[in-house]
Amino acid sequence: MTWLFANGDEVWQLTLSHIALSIAPIVLGFLISIPVGWVANRYRASRGTLLSVSGILYAIPSLPLFFMLPSLLGTTILDPLNVSFGLTIYALALMVRTTADALDSVSTDVTFNATAVGFSALRRFWSVELPLAGPVLLAGLRVVSVSTVSLVTVGSLLGVPSLGFLFIDGYQRYNPPEIIVGIVVTVVIALVFDALIVLAGRALMPWNRGADVSRARRAAARAVSAS
Amino acid sequence: MIEFRSVTKRFPDGTVAVADFDMVMPSRKITVLVGSSGSGKTTILRMINRMVDPTSGSVEIDGQSVRELEPVRLRRSIGYVMQNSGLLPHRKVVDNIATVPLLRGEKRATARDRALELMDTVGLDRSLADRYPAQLSGGQQQRVGVARGLAVDPNILLMDEPFGAVDPLVRAELQQELLHLQKGLDKTVVFVTHDIDEAFLLGDKVVIFKTGGVVAQVGAPTEILSNPADEFVASFVGADRGKRALHIERTSAGEVVVDGDGRAAGVMVPEAGGGA
Repeated sequence: MTWLFANGDEVWQLTLSHIALSIAPIVLGFLISIPVGWVANRYRASRGTLLSVSGILYAIPSLPLFFMLPSLLGTTILDPLNVSFGLTIYALALMVRTTADALDSVSTDVTFNATAVGFSALRRFWSVELPLAGPVLLAGLRVVSVSTVSLVTVGSLLGVPSLGFLFIDGYQRYNPPEIIVGIVVTVVIALVFDALIVLAGRALMPWNRGADVSRARRAAARAVSAS
Repeated sequence: MIEFRSVTKRFPDGTVAVADFDMVMPSRKITVLVGSSGSGKTTILRMINRMVDPTSGSVEIDGQSVRELEPVRLRRSIGYVMQNSGLLPHRKVVDNIATVPLLRGEKRATARDRALELMDTVGLDRSLADRYPAQLSGGQQQRVGVARGLAVDPNILLMDEPFGAVDPLVRAELQQELLHLQKGLDKTVVFVTHDIDEAFLLGDKVVIFKTGGVVAQVGAPTEILSNPADEFVASFVGADRGKRALHIERTSAGEVVVDGDGRAAGVMVPEAGGGA
């Protein structure tokens, strides 16, 4: 605590830059995954390839990726863009499969009926399939959000400021309070992001509240009857 | 009037769902297609709004081939009601009813007012307008489905086993209300069911199918009952047994009409309004 009070300004600055670095990959990963997931879901032949390729992206080690990106993007090594770009790749790796599954989870009865009453394919996608895929998309987005907030710390090894700096600095100077502050604040950011996403989901999917409750109740009933 | 001219539908896997089907479905009447599953009745219904296109032959609405019509526009001009109502689970009742008018570019306020009127028409309390479909009973959902089918005031209403998933009591009520509605609306209704009682109750014209889209008999319910075309039809409509095989028994108390299981079904009375 003494350490935190003495260095409050620095921690606050690092927190802000940590948040700034996290937002773009989460938003971009989500947005880009929609057309890619749509293609994977719509054209069955492409599904296997697209999902494998996006899955493999996640296997690229982050540190070498961050070091490679400047030569690929033409940025300087200290450019925060490297971190944002790299993390967008990881976000996509997680999100593409979820989006394909989310679109696949929409009941074919509902899409059939929407077509039968006169929805065009495009209109049906935006106003029927995407909203109904919402609950699964939301679950995927929560994973991406937590993963991104934690991965941003790696960027500090390149000199891009984030809460990860507190880990490195604290380790080098053998200063445990500094490391603990870094961890705690990172976790707090992840929790706040998660809460914001859940709240946004509730606001955007009001029809889902009742369903959530009844699904939870059914799960509870199964658990009880199994015991 | 809807006319089928030698329509055949062969699916990619080789199954022939409908074979050389000819039929006229008269305007402002209820035509019921009845048969067991796999008889091609639903496929025939879906060819009217181009959810399925025939392999050969043509389907015409008032003399115009549906193939010449753009599918999305065609579908917006035809009412469609399906089993399990097919409502959009993420839209409120009133928005579900207004779906097609909104797709056709109607103003939100106008569509909403009309949707509320339709709720009255189909016997739904307006207090349900802001509920989601999952918060309604099965019968109420079907009513919403019917209201949505009527929302653009279409000439044609396609109904694919609309009352198949509700309990018998509610089904009977919905059937009566459909007949009542039809008296005022005079739609050209094509109704698919596997329930012969429902077919006889609702149909002005009843088409009985064997498997593979082969027509076993066409006619008014009275014609089919009094003169089944073959044994398949006789057994399908149950004319040879149960509550349809009625005979008169003379008892000491007078004449009683008895059904095939020996249960008293009623008495003979002079025709209402007739007599000496």
